[in-house]
Amino acid sequence: MTVQMGDESDLVATGLAAAASRHFGAAAAIEGLRRESGGASRQTWSFDAVVAGDRHGLILRRDPPISGTKGERERSAALDRSTEFAVLRAAFRAGARAPEVLFELTPADGLGEAFVMRRVGGTAIARKLLRDPPYAEARRRIASQLGAILARIHAVDRATLPRLDRREAADHIASLRALLDTLGYAAPVFELALSWLDRRKPPPSAQPTLVHGDYRTGNYLADETGVTAILDWEGAHLGDPVEDLGWVCVKSWRFGSIDKPAGGFGSREELWTAYEQAGGAKVDPARAHWWEVFGTVRWGIICHSQAWKHLSGSQKSMEMASIGRRAVETEVDLLQLLQEV
Amino acid sequence: MAQDRPTAAELLSAIADFLREEATPALDRADPRLGFQMRVAVNSLAILEREGRLGPAADTREQARLAKLLGRDGTLEALNRELARQLRTGERDERDPELMAHLDATTADKIAIANPKWR
Repeated sequence: MTVQMGDESDLVATGLAAAASRHFGAAAAIEGLRRESGGASRQTWSFDAVVAGDRHGLILRRDPPISGTKGERERSAALDRSTEFAVLRAAFRAGARAPEVLFELTPADGLGEAFVMRRVGGTAIARKLLRDPPYAEARRRIASQLGAILARIHAVDRATLPRLDRREAADHIASLRALLDTLGYAAPVFELALSWLDRRKPPPSAQPTLVHGDYRTGNYLADETGVTAILDWEGAHLGDPVEDLGWVCVKSWRFGSIDKPAGGFGSREELWTAYEQAGGAKVDPARAHWWEVFGTVRWGIICHSQAWKHLSGSQKSMEMASIGRRAVETEVDLLQLLQEV
Repeated sequence: MAQDRPTAAELLSAIADFLREEATPALDRADPRLGFQMRVAVNSLAILEREGRLGPAADTREQARLAKLLGRDGTLEALNRELARQLRTGERDERDPELMAHLDATTADKIAIANPKWR
């Protein structure tokens, strides 16, 4: 899927040629440049850099220098590109299946905040991974691979990380309530669930670790052998590692394979066993359940905030608007989760 | 003034069928990204069709339950705001069977419109 944008393509190619030549220490030709589908403010471009006869398959991650972008980011607490670069580098070096980042662009390159990483094979499309024949073998592996990779993410040495926010259970509850207030939305089921969570919240983690923050099906690449790279690190923070174990099991991320909680590919126990065997701390099922309930509310409220981007006029999009009507899916799930004990 | 047929629901269904069966395959060939967006649009039209059919009665039931639960009258919006407030402060919680019955019924009516296949 590509989006053709003539003038912008030329601008990006020019900036990339300069930056890639600097990085490789020789003239780089930019070939096959195409914009992957994605938001207007946070772009992903795919291209090859040909340097002295060698072809490098690369990805550009870019925030164009447009007004409003920074405000959006502050509200969503997403990492800026330079911090994301540093997190990816630390995670890659720790063997956590992050893409390998190569270099950052400078303001003189004229592309806004941006960096370049190596392109990794595979697809992120859940529907293909869950149903298409070529991925039959991968489907048997992905749940335990997700557990093992997560253990390595949580083991990343904090001394190698840039400065990151620490967000514990109580902080997350407060920020979701604040988001509901900002949206001005009366949401009884979400309020019920947030109060339920508040009364049962786990204490702050004794050893806050790197938390990926958006670890789920749809946010990693996989091929016929299974997971090839973990993507979308812009929600990374320090906190309770069990947060990621809960989020990956939220029903919305099973994409219809609802009897397989671990991302649509396996059981919670498979995920947890692989996590523990790869060095992760022993998983407390009650704590994991808490984070799964939390993740369900979180996605429901994000649905409303996505719709709000359209409704407020900040990002006109029929697709974003329609996500507002998906919030009720999480209300159904929450009422089941809160009454199943 | 009564409108002639097709009814709103019939018209929405006719549009959705046309877009799904004729326009979407053509768009898929021309630009898969637009084909995907069209599927989203068709899905939203189906929501509107169900909302036209089921929404008014569902709203009436919700308002009646809320008025009984809260012991007061008000618009649907105002009553939901009051319930949300009580749930945030903890004046009510999941141990209240009448509350849970209300939320189960309301959510069931909403999902029947937004995505009846969700389970």
